[in-house]
Amino acid sequence: MSELAYRVPTMAEMAANNETPEVLFWVGCAGSFDDRYKKVTVAFVKILNSAGVKFAVLGTEESCTGDPARRAGNEFTFQMLAMSNIQVLDMYNVRKIVTACPHCFNTLKNEYPALGGNYEVLHHSEYLQQLIDAGRVRLQGGEVFKGKKITFHDSCYLGRANDVYEAPRHVLEALDADLVEMKRCRTKGLCCGAGGGQMFKEPEPGKKDVNIERIEEALQTGADTIAVACPFCMVMMTDGVKNKEKEQSVKVYDLAELIAQAKGL
Amino acid sequence: MAIIQQIIFIAALGATAWLIFQRVGIIGKTIRLGKDEDRTDQPGKRLSIMLRVAFGQKKMFDRPLIGFLHFAVYAGFILINIEVLEIILDGILGTHRIFAGPLGSFYGVLIGFFELLALGVLISCSIFFIRRSLLKVERFQPSRHREMNGWPQLDGKLILVFEIVLMLTILSMNAADSALQNLGSAHYPPAGDFLISQWMKPLFAGWNEGALIAYERIAWWVHIMGIFVFALYLTYSKHLHIALAFPNTYFSRLEPKGEMKNMPEITQEVKIMLGLETQAGDAAVPERFGAKDVADLSWKNLMDAYSCTECGRCTAACPANITGKKLSPRKIMMDTRDRLEDVGRNMSANKGEFVPDSKSLLGDYILEEEILACTTCNACVQECPVLINPLDIILQLRRHKVMDEAHAPGSWNMMFQNLDTNQAPWKFSPGDRFNWVQGLEKNSTES
Repeated sequence: MSELAYRVPTMAEMAANNETPEVLFWVGCAGSFDDRYKKVTVAFVKILNSAGVKFAVLGTEESCTGDPARRAGNEFTFQMLAMSNIQVLDMYNVRKIVTACPHCFNTLKNEYPALGGNYEVLHHSEYLQQLIDAGRVRLQGGEVFKGKKITFHDSCYLGRANDVYEAPRHVLEALDADLVEMKRCRTKGLCCGAGGGQMFKEPEPGKKDVNIERIEEALQTGADTIAVACPFCMVMMTDGVKNKEKEQSVKVYDLAELIAQAKGL
Repeated sequence: MAIIQQIIFIAALGATAWLIFQRVGIIGKTIRLGKDEDRTDQPGKRLSIMLRVAFGQKKMFDRPLIGFLHFAVYAGFILINIEVLEIILDGILGTHRIFAGPLGSFYGVLIGFFELLALGVLISCSIFFIRRSLLKVERFQPSRHREMNGWPQLDGKLILVFEIVLMLTILSMNAADSALQNLGSAHYPPAGDFLISQWMKPLFAGWNEGALIAYERIAWWVHIMGIFVFALYLTYSKHLHIALAFPNTYFSRLEPKGEMKNMPEITQEVKIMLGLETQAGDAAVPERFGAKDVADLSWKNLMDAYSCTECGRCTAACPANITGKKLSPRKIMMDTRDRLEDVGRNMSANKGEFVPDSKSLLGDYILEEEILACTTCNACVQECPVLINPLDIILQLRRHKVMDEAHAPGSWNMMFQNLDTNQAPWKFSPGDRFNWVQGLEKNSTES
């Protein structure tokens, strides 16, 4: 492995040096394996580095939180994964977790406690807002996004599932762009179509795919950037833009990527 | 003559009470078929939710005009019941306007207030009837939503007709009463013109005393008998929400919407498989995983089903339904109630015991294709004005399909297999999980 431009310590390394991170960055399966979402992981790590956050990742010791198995009805597989993850997290005495995936966020935050795993869990939109509010992430000039129109697509597992509506919008406001809302937003936000295990199967017969319905609404805003905060939404919205042959004029980015771009990282 | 009327009245009142008592009994019995679930924690918070959502109808005001009209019907319904109390006392005792004497001049003010509410109910219900019949509101159309075919559509209109008739009878009865007072009729002591019905008095101009008395009596009887029939009817109807909205919001879930209920009965087995210590208190493995029929659901899921008034806000917000999939959260609730009503009839016919009928909620009422279409987005849960949770039922049915029947789409089975072997839903080696870090190399073109 060639030299890294940024530091990405693992929990194992930290523990070996008797160090404790401020926060564990839970990367998630999409952030680890999906080529598109790996860029979000990289962008978020760059921001954490530039903000001087002492963080760590689990590296190969991380497993799926079990969310897709649980939503599909397979409680055995979910609990197997959850219990092993809790063992790892507790072994490292993890207290605080940040993740760029709303599904991981929801499962770690709301569902692990019933199995004995208790952590403070933040979605990266909330964490980025904290970093911005604390002045640890500064966005000067705002030249990159001046005059650009951004619309934010609410992820169900962030919004309705956990009532996080404002943090991602605060992060986007820091970009000094023109934030426009879709007709269905916040509590009324329309799903991208991938939740509840749909990501891993063909849709049931119908007259339209959910992501097409949603992308039409996003395009109606006239935004040139669709901001997302979830790996599944990223896939569905990107596919939607392709379906409408708008790849040249409309881009789909995660919040962390937009902040990294604004900072020239 | 008067005594016969009193006897008929008391008999009708008693029969209504007895029939409603029977219905409430069977509804309660079928709800108690559900599994235990503690929903009594945090009583203060629960009370506050009930006051805001059921009493204050907070969520109905998401659509302000409809919210206002609905509130008018609701307020009218609750407050006019005070006048029904007078009617019942008059009916039993053979008196006429028993409160008029003791209340003096305040009586006229009170009746005027009730008349104002009655007018509000009349106008709102008329608008709702036009909206249902002529305006083709998408979520009420049977052509678009198959669960609205037949009875549910008729039920919705019948309720409105009922309420319109009840309001017209009380207003015209009061107008006839005033006209009789003006004639100095013996049994109609002066109570003054009433706020709204005075404008209906010209309809009775030129009527003689006998005709007016006949009209007043008929209107009185139609009104009170209509109320009795309506009260019984609503136990069979979607309109049951007027009673159940209160307990249903009180016992609603307080956890974040994203949290799925844990299955402690599985934890024991998982602990053994992982070589972890098990505790004596860990739940035993049940006969059945997830829910196949109503008795596998919790009592709250079943109360949800009886509380549903089929407004379809859930279905109108459902991404699967919007894009033409078979899933409709409203149908999930209606099917659950239909199953409960069938089970209730079965129990009534078999001395209170349910005799297995080779049917089940999943398969005979709700189809696999419906539950497979759900994205678990919580839009249905968010929309419900009385805090019903269709998603909770869908997920329990999925658990049954996957764990008990070992039946899932092939691509889900692949996903499960990947999770079991690679700890990721896709076919990647766990050893490659940290390879993303290469995107941070100095010469990386990835970023």
